[in-house]
Amino acid sequence: MENKPGEGCETGGCHSAAVPIKVVALTPQTPSNWMEFAEGLWERNPVFVMVLGMCPTLAVTVSAINSISMGLATTFVLAASCWLISLMRHMIPKEVRIATYIVIIATFVTVVDYAIQAISLDLYEALGAYIQLIVANCLVLGRAEAHAARTAPMAATMNATGMGLGFTLGLFMIGGVREILGSGTFFDIHLFGSNFQPWVVMVLPPGGFFVMGGWLLLFAIIRKRKEKAALAATEMEVQHGA
Amino acid sequence: MSHASSPSVAVETLPLIRTLGIVSAICGLIIVGAYLATLDAAKANRQLAAERAVFKVVPSAKTITEYFLVDGRDIKPGEGADAPAGAIKFYAAYDAAGKLAGIAAEGAAKGYADTVRVMFGYTPSCQCVTGIGVVSMRETPGIGDKILTDTSFLANFKALDVKLNKDLSALANEVKVVKHGTKTDPWQIDAIAGATITSRAVGKGINDAAQMLLPKLVPQLQRLGTRG
Repeated sequence: MENKPGEGCETGGCHSAAVPIKVVALTPQTPSNWMEFAEGLWERNPVFVMVLGMCPTLAVTVSAINSISMGLATTFVLAASCWLISLMRHMIPKEVRIATYIVIIATFVTVVDYAIQAISLDLYEALGAYIQLIVANCLVLGRAEAHAARTAPMAATMNATGMGLGFTLGLFMIGGVREILGSGTFFDIHLFGSNFQPWVVMVLPPGGFFVMGGWLLLFAIIRKRKEKAALAATEMEVQHGA
Repeated sequence: MSHASSPSVAVETLPLIRTLGIVSAICGLIIVGAYLATLDAAKANRQLAAERAVFKVVPSAKTITEYFLVDGRDIKPGEGADAPAGAIKFYAAYDAAGKLAGIAAEGAAKGYADTVRVMFGYTPSCQCVTGIGVVSMRETPGIGDKILTDTSFLANFKALDVKLNKDLSALANEVKVVKHGTKTDPWQIDAIAGATITSRAVGKGINDAAQMLLPKLVPQLQRLGTRG
């Protein structure tokens, strides 16, 4: 799922299953840097709204610390490659742009790979091949192609950082729940007494789908309620007006 | 092949090559820089992880030295380098007095989900395996990972017999994993009920590594001698 190139996803091709999104990027006036940054945090959250990069989202979120590390690694790759791509956007011919983007993204993935080896081998073991697979994350190439390639470096970096932190938040919300239920711990601190029987299924692959589905369901319910309330409000106004 | 005057939509190749060349050169520099900057820390981390694993399987150890068994004959000091092709890496562990306390080596075998890599400690005086640790595995949490915690399983490795046969060509008795509760001999491993495949991987990893390493190593143990 994560291997899809970004173009289709960015224009709305692959979030049919998810919450429909507002097309914010098409507004004529240039958004401020803060708006660029905030966009990815919640309104267009890569995990819960755009539903991009599902492979690491479901695979490495067995614990809160893994989720945060994976999210921050992706954030770094996203921000650094979007910055460089944006900086070089006028000198990259469009025929070789995807090849160039991939070279740049792969470079920063390699840098992150070395950095994590230097920081902690345990973490490196836990994240396994998913560090190298950041290069195939739909989100990174998607932001490079749809945003960084046509935006100034500062705005592109802000947007990429926001998207990355939104991705981290999404991963953490899944990983935290999975760790609490599946291991009875949070950041390796035991929460329940020794009588707690962990729901092992939560740290197995199906648990990723359960928690992801649970969050999407919750957001869908909240959205439906809001829509209903808004509808009721307008109806009231219409009645009063008449 | 394109010409500037050509009426077709063919693209000039040179700018494309130039761009890719420049981008690749910049990226190459970034990668080399990152590699050099993290090399020392990564090496120290690996050394620390190896030491931790060895100290766990040879508890009396205070210092370790890395060796390679090259081409199944020569023992060479490792000195932190990567193992050359065909070489087996092992660690000689020395106690506080500088005497050889044990040998730690790594074995690997296919488990339920992925390869299970185990580190085991060999004690020359009893010719037996006296401790194991898991280097890496991706076994099912709660089932396969009992090999870390199950006390009756770990009891198998208090003194697992890996004596060599008379002409020192192989183990006298192959290390075998048997069904839970049917262990009769000191070279057998009592499997964990419900996690037989992972238990077997541990046994096979130890057996394969011991069969390869010990027949060559034991006659040369004197050479590792003392340190101090």
